[in-house]
Amino acid sequence: MSGVFDAVIIGAGPAGMAAGAVMAERGARVLVLDEQAAPGGQIYRGIEAMPAARVAAMGADYAAGAALVARFRASGAEYRPGAMVWQVVPGEEGHEVWFSIAGKSRCVVGKSVLVAAGAMERPVPVPGWTLPGVMGAGAVQVLLKAGIGAERLVIAGAGPLVLLLAAQCLALGVRPLAVLDTTPAGNFAAALPLLPGAVRGRGLGYLWKGLLLQARLRFGGVRVVRVTDVVLEGAEAVRAVSFRAGGQVQRIEADIVALHEGVIPAQQMTRALGCAHKWDEGQRCFRPVLDGFGNTSVHGVLVAGDGGGIGGARAAAQAGVVAGAEMLRRAGRVDGVGRDAVAGPALRDLAAEVAVRPFLDRLFRPAGLPGDEVVVCRCEEVTAGDIRAAAAQGAQGPNQAKAFLRTGMGACQGRICGPMVSEIMAGARGVSMDEIGYYRIRAPLKPITVGELAAAGDDGDD
Amino acid sequence: MFRRFDAASVAFTFEGMPVMAAAGETVAAALLAAGVRSVRTTAVSGSARAPWCMMGVCFDCLVEIDGVANRQGCMVVVSPGMVVRRQVGAKDLG
Amino acid sequence: MRGFDLIVIGGGLVGGAVAFGAARLGARVALLDEGDVAFRAARGNFGLVWIQSKGAGMPPYAHWSRQSAALWAGLSDALSEVTGVAPALRQNGGFAFCLSDDEFARQAERVQRMHNESGGIGTRMLDRAELRAMLPQVGDEVVGAAFCPIDGHANPLLLLRGLQAGLLAKGGEYLPGRHVDAIDYDGGFTVQCGAERFTCAKVVIAAGLGSRDLAPMVGLEMPVTPLKGQILVTERVRPFLDYATHVVRQTDEGSVMMGDSQEDVGFDIRTTTPVLKDIAARNIKVFPLLREANVVRTWGALRVMTPDGCPIYEESVSHPGAFSATCHSGVTLAGAHAMALAPAILGAGLPPAMKAFEAARFKSGKINVPSF
Ligand SMILES: Cc1cc2nc3c(=O)[nH]c(=O)nc-3n(C[C@H](O)[C@H](O)[C@H](O)COP(=O)(O)OP(=O)(O)OC[C@H]3O[C@@H](n4cnc5c(N)ncnc54)[C@H](O)[C@@H]3O)c2cc1C
Ligand SMILES: Cc1cc2nc3c(=O)[nH]c(=O)nc-3n(C[C@H](O)[C@H](O)[C@H](O)COP(=O)(O)OP(=O)(O)OC[C@H]3O[C@@H](n4cnc5c(N)ncnc54)[C@H](O)[C@@H]3O)c2cc1C
Ligand code: FES
Repeated sequence: MSGVFDAVIIGAGPAGMAAGAVMAERGARVLVLDEQAAPGGQIYRGIEAMPAARVAAMGADYAAGAALVARFRASGAEYRPGAMVWQVVPGEEGHEVWFSIAGKSRCVVGKSVLVAAGAMERPVPVPGWTLPGVMGAGAVQVLLKAGIGAERLVIAGAGPLVLLLAAQCLALGVRPLAVLDTTPAGNFAAALPLLPGAVRGRGLGYLWKGLLLQARLRFGGVRVVRVTDVVLEGAEAVRAVSFRAGGQVQRIEADIVALHEGVIPAQQMTRALGCAHKWDEGQRCFRPVLDGFGNTSVHGVLVAGDGGGIGGARAAAQAGVVAGAEMLRRAGRVDGVGRDAVAGPALRDLAAEVAVRPFLDRLFRPAGLPGDEVVVCRCEEVTAGDIRAAAAQGAQGPNQAKAFLRTGMGACQGRICGPMVSEIMAGARGVSMDEIGYYRIRAPLKPITVGELAAAGDDGDD
Repeated sequence: MFRRFDAASVAFTFEGMPVMAAAGETVAAALLAAGVRSVRTTAVSGSARAPWCMMGVCFDCLVEIDGVANRQGCMVVVSPGMVVRRQVGAKDLG
Repeated sequence: MRGFDLIVIGGGLVGGAVAFGAARLGARVALLDEGDVAFRAARGNFGLVWIQSKGAGMPPYAHWSRQSAALWAGLSDALSEVTGVAPALRQNGGFAFCLSDDEFARQAERVQRMHNESGGIGTRMLDRAELRAMLPQVGDEVVGAAFCPIDGHANPLLLLRGLQAGLLAKGGEYLPGRHVDAIDYDGGFTVQCGAERFTCAKVVIAAGLGSRDLAPMVGLEMPVTPLKGQILVTERVRPFLDYATHVVRQTDEGSVMMGDSQEDVGFDIRTTTPVLKDIAARNIKVFPLLREANVVRTWGALRVMTPDGCPIYEESVSHPGAFSATCHSGVTLAGAHAMALAPAILGAGLPPAMKAFEAARFKSGKINVPSF
């Protein structure tokens, strides 16, 4: 693993695999690092090991991942699973990437670094969301992909994943008790003007797929209810979910409740690198500022895939190809013309792929902010009210709130509470999200032991 | 709770009790499949927690694995004979 | 235009302590500060109330630090009483470890020298056995330590929060998001922040690294420069270390802070792997059990250094009523700043004993080596 790589790619999801493959196929030296045990990222998780029948139940979009993983494996890109990247240091000559495998840390250098670290589920701070048995819908899907189905499950949320997960559960013989649709009432009307744009490219196909999923659920006998005011009940673990529907408070007893309000870019790494970010009002999240080839504001650091803004698996793969082409150019393997030849088709597909997004984003835009009593920082158990009180005492933004309350200082290093704390502070102070900003993120991106840090890089290379 | 679709063949223990996992499965997934509700208590208030994200983001799946405290159960694949314990509050450095 | 008895510029630990101390006495006080992200030692520091090495070669600084140690408990009580936010003060002594016999000898000599210069505060050298009797977890490579019974530590973030809350509770105003651009003088002071103007009878410049540019506006000099320190902090672990030490301390909530690096690199607060690695390795030598603790965060922050490392306090001759206040130990000196400096500023001015802290000393050409 020694020497300077043309590119070090962080993440072996669709974006990272596509970028790695397109580069390695053209003779570039590429290293792909991923924390997971196998390639696939969030979407194609476990795909190589999954029995065919289950692949079919997960749907055609999932099955499509097998070809990409196979191509990546065959491309000649060096791939390290179980490799957690904890620090990236940009430099003039190349960028240092520090990562940990099995408790040992080492460093590699890349002429370019591609952050293909993907997305995370948007946190869903509702009363009781810290109770055992309450999970992200994505988490329930991860378990499903691992061959574990949730019984006595209620899915509450908004967005494409809600319907998809319900349909996947159904196909695998674990019928959810109910789907509680939390899409805010006014959203459809607000999204309607965006519909004409959404039917371009592959948009119509996606909208059609959504309708199909709804029909399948109805046919499968899954109750779908429009609700507001979701509250989880229980003492040691969740026992029931209550909500308001049709003007009444109702209640369903459940063992597992899956919450979902969409996915957002995982900002930790691009923030730590000091990349410029901008608030995306449509997707209600921060995203790194990128040029058309995935370049961030930090020289030689690129982003592809959902880490740069949510576009889904196919868009991630296309963006990976585009970034791969740019990194080939940066490494001197192709010139500008050569880059455009590689990137051109992917850029066109990418545009067709994301045409539907503005409509979906507006349609599923979550409403409001948590009430004062709701825990926002799960690690340090800080409530929305605590954060508002800090703002009232003069805290100007998330970093001061953090210093006052320890919010964001726990084990998850602010990943979960960060997006909410910024929004709550912005709301309390009446300023824009771009003005309020975000936590200052520092290494290590994930915890490593003092012992490992003390010996970091001592082994030389293997 | 949770139901397994396939047979589980890897044996490990949680709090001294035998648990089975499928090959390649993470500790957090295996514990949930085995009916474990809460895997840890917090260091702040002692409240019970269980995996929330299953993808390495939230750190609510922390457990002690083979004597090492505060490990992310959702990121560690079960190996035969692994000794897993509930993470009770803060890590004890001994 | 709003008027105050006292405006303090800079909402770090120095400014916060002076402002709270003055508001406590009934003055109408405003504390002007910058926004969410600024160069702020107050949010990046280590939290030691560290006396044993302060003021080598400058006895007035040694005495001032000792006075602060004595006043700290009163500050802590006042904050708890007024705000309910206790700054987690522990003053049960502090250890400076020696990793070689050489270091032990040098440390012992320094303790003796300070004793001779400024009088005794009970600092004593502990050999291996004595040290292990007090701190059983100490590693084999530690040959001994200097132990000072009046050293301690506090939670600097709670201290900062408490000082600001205390100021508000006492009727003062915390005005963040105000970068002071200019100060005018016509017998009283007019402080400008963008389009806003505030007037006051007295003004204190306690703006950390920002003081350098502000001081000349009122005929003062504060030639401070940045000195970077990197710190790493672990997850919460069960209590194992109750004392302050110069390289590592366990906070009230259980996390462990490490770091004593000093780098003269300008306004650069990035962390660097070689320095962090070094801090980690050194601390494992001191407490081998730390090997297993997870590092959750690291940061770099800038110390506010004067040329000799000692504080500056002075009232302007040309602009009476304008004061400078800066130091590189804002936690340690918080007791003195709130309970002694603030009353002096509000009252008859700085006592003659504080002449030693005037900036004119840098002109005399005789500058002491910084003492940390
Ligand atoms: C829970 C969830 C469910 C989703 N379901 C769907 C779906 O059904 N259909 C759909 O189209 N989209 C879905 N998405 C959107 C999904 O983000 C994209 O489809 C796709 O996975 C994006 O690909 P990517 O390559 O950008 O990132 P990802 O696929 O997320 O891959 C990122 C990879 O980076 C690795 N990584 C991150 N940080 C580090 C680090 N510090 N060190 C080492 N490795 C690291 C991760 O382990 C991961 O494998 C879902 C997203 C989430 C979060
Ligand atoms: C790594 C490190 C470790 C440390 N460890 C310790 C320790 O263990 N014990 C100890 O006693 N001390 C320690 N210190 C020092 C301590 O943090 C400082 O002495 C303390 O924070 C006081 O600094 P200050 O208030 O002067 O400056 P700061 O805390 O830097 O505050 C200055 C404030 O002034 C504001 N400001 C600047 N310019 C303007 C302007 N023009 N208008 C308005 N506002 C302005 C800034 O926004 C800032 O809030 C440490 C410092 C560092 C960096
Ligand atoms: S369940 Fe969230 S990190 Fe493991």
